[in-house]
Amino acid sequence: METATGSALVQGDETLALSRAGGNLLALTHIYTATLVLGIGALFGMLQGFSRAGLITMPAAFDYYRMLTAHGVLMALVFTTFFITGLFTYSVYETIPRVRSLTLGWIGYCTMLVGTVMTTVVILSGSATVLYTFYAPLKASPFFYFGATILILGTWCVAFDCLANVVWFKRTNPAQRIPLPAFIAATTLIMWLIATLGVVAEMGLLIPWSLGWTPGIDVSLSRMLFWYFGHPLVYFWIMAAYLIWYTLVPTAYKGKIFSDALTRVAFISLLLLSTPVGLHHQYLDPGISAGWKWMHSVTTYGVVIPSLMTAFAIFASFEIAAQRAGRRGFLGTVRWLPWGNPVFAGPALGMILFIFGGFGGIVNNSYSMDVLVHNTMWIVGHFHITVGGPVALTFIGASYGLIPALSGRNLFAPRLALIQEYVWFVGMAIMSTAMHWAGLLGSPRRTSDVSYFGAQGAATWHPEMLWAAFGGTLVAISVLLFIIVATGTYVMNKPAAVRPTYAFASTDEDAMETPPALDRLGTWAIIALAVAVLAYAGPLTQQLQAHAYLAPGMRTW
Amino acid sequence: MHVHRSERLWLFFGVVMLAVFLGVITTAAIVDGFVPPSRVQTIDPTRVAQTPPFDHPGLRKIAERTYEAYYVARIFSFTPATIEVPAGSRVTFYVTSADVEHGFSIPETGVNTMVTPGWVSSVAHTFNTPGTYLLICNEYCGSGHQLMAAKVVVE
Repeated sequence: METATGSALVQGDETLALSRAGGNLLALTHIYTATLVLGIGALFGMLQGFSRAGLITMPAAFDYYRMLTAHGVLMALVFTTFFITGLFTYSVYETIPRVRSLTLGWIGYCTMLVGTVMTTVVILSGSATVLYTFYAPLKASPFFYFGATILILGTWCVAFDCLANVVWFKRTNPAQRIPLPAFIAATTLIMWLIATLGVVAEMGLLIPWSLGWTPGIDVSLSRMLFWYFGHPLVYFWIMAAYLIWYTLVPTAYKGKIFSDALTRVAFISLLLLSTPVGLHHQYLDPGISAGWKWMHSVTTYGVVIPSLMTAFAIFASFEIAAQRAGRRGFLGTVRWLPWGNPVFAGPALGMILFIFGGFGGIVNNSYSMDVLVHNTMWIVGHFHITVGGPVALTFIGASYGLIPALSGRNLFAPRLALIQEYVWFVGMAIMSTAMHWAGLLGSPRRTSDVSYFGAQGAATWHPEMLWAAFGGTLVAISVLLFIIVATGTYVMNKPAAVRPTYAFASTDEDAMETPPALDRLGTWAIIALAVAVLAYAGPLTQQLQAHAYLAPGMRTW
Repeated sequence: MHVHRSERLWLFFGVVMLAVFLGVITTAAIVDGFVPPSRVQTIDPTRVAQTPPFDHPGLRKIAERTYEAYYVARIFSFTPATIEVPAGSRVTFYVTSADVEHGFSIPETGVNTMVTPGWVSSVAHTFNTPGTYLLICNEYCGSGHQLMAAKVVVE
């Protein structure tokens, strides 16, 4: 970003270089932790696929549901979060060069790691087989709730570190715009802070209850707090993937960001629309009036607008760059794009999957249509073609840029990296299609064995599960290749003579001046909080007024 | 701030599409009553076995081809395990949980609801086609979750 490299910011080149090297190590540690977690999660995922297809039966000492809990927590909460905190640390440190203290950043990483290890050990030991949604009154060991809370608090440290750098930039350069990647990281982290308030509040109910200090739990209140956090969690992944699509992917084809101002508008919209959406996960819950559910369906659909803006901006950036290279038309543009470059191919293949993920999401949010797919394999298919498709493929493709740039070593076996991405794409497409189809036939999710004593309808689900296991195996092989490439880069390659870069693209020179109001992040944060309060005031009041009976805890596994 | 003409067109298309979707859903909700099960009724989850009508779960005939069915979900079974109704019957299900979160779903029908301890869920369906319908718990409830199923026989 031109704005960020002004000479006024440079405070002594040598100290700055040292500070930058330290920041690189911090970001690299986050990214590589995410890589290893993905490996463990994928192994469990493949075994689940085999179990559901009836090819293997997990032993009682390490049963299906324990493995499912580990898979969900490691993939949805740990892999994504570590990658994103690493990506945002990189985005902020790289575009706001300054001599900085890394203390808060490292405290954040270590706290996240302690929380992760604690949670994972408790799950693997079998005392927290509550799946990644940990619905009360299933009562896990208190250490499960402690571990998850510590993980979240660690992300808060990273968020405060990133935001402090953005505040410093704005104070030092009041006339300048916040560099776009830092702006995107900041809006996403503000959204994350607002959203995680919900799950931390839920932990405030669950922890004393799991310790036996309170006799029971308000089940529906804890569910509402969970989903207040649960869907913004999805947008946390998507916004991080969008950061890569907008600002890093164009570098691979020597393109530009389509518009600085419209990118900021899209992220402000995502910040405002991320929280008032949770009830679409609770359409089928008793105790919440249909009117509130309808209201959340409207606000959930609102996210289509920034998504369409993003689709437009990404494809426009492709087309403009292709035109500059003398290519014309749809096919001319598609053929010109660098499909042989793993830094481009991963995110681009992810974009293709996201089109189908978006279609499915519209069905899930459709208030009345959701009844047909709720808690079926359709939903599992949906989140594998979203978080397991565009999000994971984008993170993997970006890792192939980030790991070399942060470690100063060339990518190990780039050809293998490319094969890895295409294998993932094919595997995930097969698995997800099979899951969607099984869901339409009525096959339930989160169930170790769906034969139901040979019931007639249940038999129709079986072929789909075989396909899902096949696709899942391809994805697991792909993850193994990813770990080989990521580890090989560090272990096999020496520091390169010419340091590899993974640079942020600049704005298209035709783009207009960005309105300064978009940079007023404090104001936008307050508006976002107000939107969240407005969206939940009604349903939350209904919960509290119902004076629901408290349910005692139970260990049913 | 300048917005490109084709982007304005694209976003206009998006907004119109959203308006149509919401219009269809809202019309279906108001005119045809297509709303997700949203009953608001509390019950003490520790006293389900003593609370009428769940102290005697089962099928009640209200009128010709009109039934109410009261179910208790408890790890890892539904009570009643089987109900029988003539084809063309409209059955209104009332379900509550005596322990943890459960699901209540009859695949390939519109019967699908969460069963939350402390609350009574309700969903209705007209069974026109004879056959044996599988009724399953579709929310993880513990180690025997995969065994939690019942039957609706339509004759």
